Amino acid sequence: MDPRVAVSPQLSGGLVAPAIIARDLRRRFGDKTAVDGVDLQVPAGQIYGFLGANGAGKSTTVRMLCALLTPSAGSAWVAGHDVATDPIGVHLAIGAALQATAIDDKQTGLEHLELQGRLYGLRRREISRRIAELSELIDLGDALRRPAGSYSGGMKRRLDLALALIHNPSVLFLDEPTTGLDPVSRFALWDEVRRLNRERGTTVFLTTQYLEEADELAERVGIIARGRLVVEDTPDALKRRVGADMVVARVDGDTEVAVRALRALPEVESVDVAASEITARVGDGPTAVTPVALALSGAGVPVESLTLRRPTLDDVFLAVTGRRMAGVEAGEELATTGGASR
Amino acid sequence: MTALPETLPTTVPQALPAPRSLARRAGFARDVLSIAGRSLRQARREPETLFPPIFVPVFFFAIFVGSLESIFGQAGIDQFRAFQLPVSIVIAVTGVTRAPAVVTDIMNGYFDRLLLSPVNRLALLLGMMVADLAIVAALTVPVLAMGALVGVEFVTGVPGMLAFVGVALAWSLAYVGILYAVALRTANPTVTAQTFLLFFPFVFLSTTIVPREQMSGWMASVAGVNPLTYVYGALRSLIVDGWAQAPLLKGFVAIAAVGLVAHTLAYLALRGRVSRG
Repeated sequence: MDPRVAVSPQLSGGLVAPAIIARDLRRRFGDKTAVDGVDLQVPAGQIYGFLGANGAGKSTTVRMLCALLTPSAGSAWVAGHDVATDPIGVHLAIGAALQATAIDDKQTGLEHLELQGRLYGLRRREISRRIAELSELIDLGDALRRPAGSYSGGMKRRLDLALALIHNPSVLFLDEPTTGLDPVSRFALWDEVRRLNRERGTTVFLTTQYLEEADELAERVGIIARGRLVVEDTPDALKRRVGADMVVARVDGDTEVAVRALRALPEVESVDVAASEITARVGDGPTAVTPVALALSGAGVPVESLTLRRPTLDDVFLAVTGRRMAGVEAGEELATTGGASR
Repeated sequence: MTALPETLPTTVPQALPAPRSLARRAGFARDVLSIAGRSLRQARREPETLFPPIFVPVFFFAIFVGSLESIFGQAGIDQFRAFQLPVSIVIAVTGVTRAPAVVTDIMNGYFDRLLLSPVNRLALLLGMMVADLAIVAALTVPVLAMGALVGVEFVTGVPGMLAFVGVALAWSLAYVGILYAVALRTANPTVTAQTFLLFFPFVFLSTTIVPREQMSGWMASVAGVNPLTYVYGALRSLIVDGWAQAPLLKGFVAIAAVGLVAHTLAYLALRGRVSRG
């Protein structure tokens, strides 16, 4: 197939050419395998969330898809360009804001944008036009003419995103774009990603440790753990896989006794434990709350709180990786049952 | 190219047409000038880095001439100021480079930002070297002015003075290859900063203070294989002897040899740094 076909999203027969394809993508560093056979396809125009804890292989996958790192095995195409054999083709089609905010403190924001435009072959008028178009996103005002060393973390992130967009890429890679941002800056960046996708049809490949971010933005989510893509689907479908409802009990006592008591209940489908928090997946939450409370009381386990809620991506993450993402984010190693499901 | 897999059933039937990227390759010359321009802007914002190459040559010239001129006069060397001016220009131009900025770029991720663009990879190195040359050319002006002030005259006239600057710039360009090689290979600010120590054996194990004929033993032997000895020879000949072919040719060969080794190392280090392995 002519690779150029892949940049044309709408094909006959209701097919959409994938903007990103990875086939058995692997990367080793010496004895360590960072990415261990990732398969994925992202249709053009989609926001794809790539979830994983630190060291799971997210950034290595992104670096391979951005043609900054050659795969040890497997293959990948981005916007129809083979990442191994046509890296410049990939670079011409994509924009990327990698994990480290790539800003030169000595240059002003304006100089960053102008240099970036020149390196992407834009003419002077095109550069001026694109800077004007991106000014709302940059939102730096007069600071645009100050050296970037004086910028806050949020300002640098916004400038970094604008640099990734100066040439109007068809595929945008964002590697943990909101890490370290305050909530206001984070929501503003989410709005911008949505707008880019909605108004321009930009395909967005977003890696994140924030489950809420993936839930808010991504049409499809893949979870990577120990270099492998362990599950992939829409956020709603992933949550449905976990179960209809969750009853979460925070206990002050022997969790093993509590788990045994809950597993004996017919309303409970499975039970997971993370530290003192026990999560029971149930078919119908409202009818299961009372039996759960009685079972814990009957087992002599003091209950600090009992909550009924819908499954979240964190529950999905726990179910497929055996650990809670939130605890990993906070650097807290949680004791888990390693998928202690019934 | 590996065959592209078949398309997949759509999950986004209302997908908009993908935006057309405006990106295209800018061309080698434009890439070099863009990178050079950025380096010069950086240098303008770090004027403190230019104080040593302005101050140190004047300092050494004053010390050497003040303390040794009469002694060399008694030994029959009557143009000691002309003998020392090449030392000043070599001290002014040797090791003046933006190579440490490469390390900063690698450490803060900006180098990856450059590699994500379609910029010609060789232009990343050559652009910085072009900036180095522009800075070094400016640094020769105070040295020439100092020479004129103390009465050093070029027997080759203005063309000889321009050739004098040209030899100094060529030496500077050849030498910075070593510094870029270290910066790109190690990406370590401490190691890169310590490469200035190379300057000492080059400068002081050569004919910086006395002519080689006045040396004896191991010093004369070492100076004989030090390329800087021949660079001094070419520079001095332009002031004192006229358009003498032999010293100019030896100087050219010495600079070419250093340049060949240093730039090969720099190119290999660049290739390693931009390789996607």
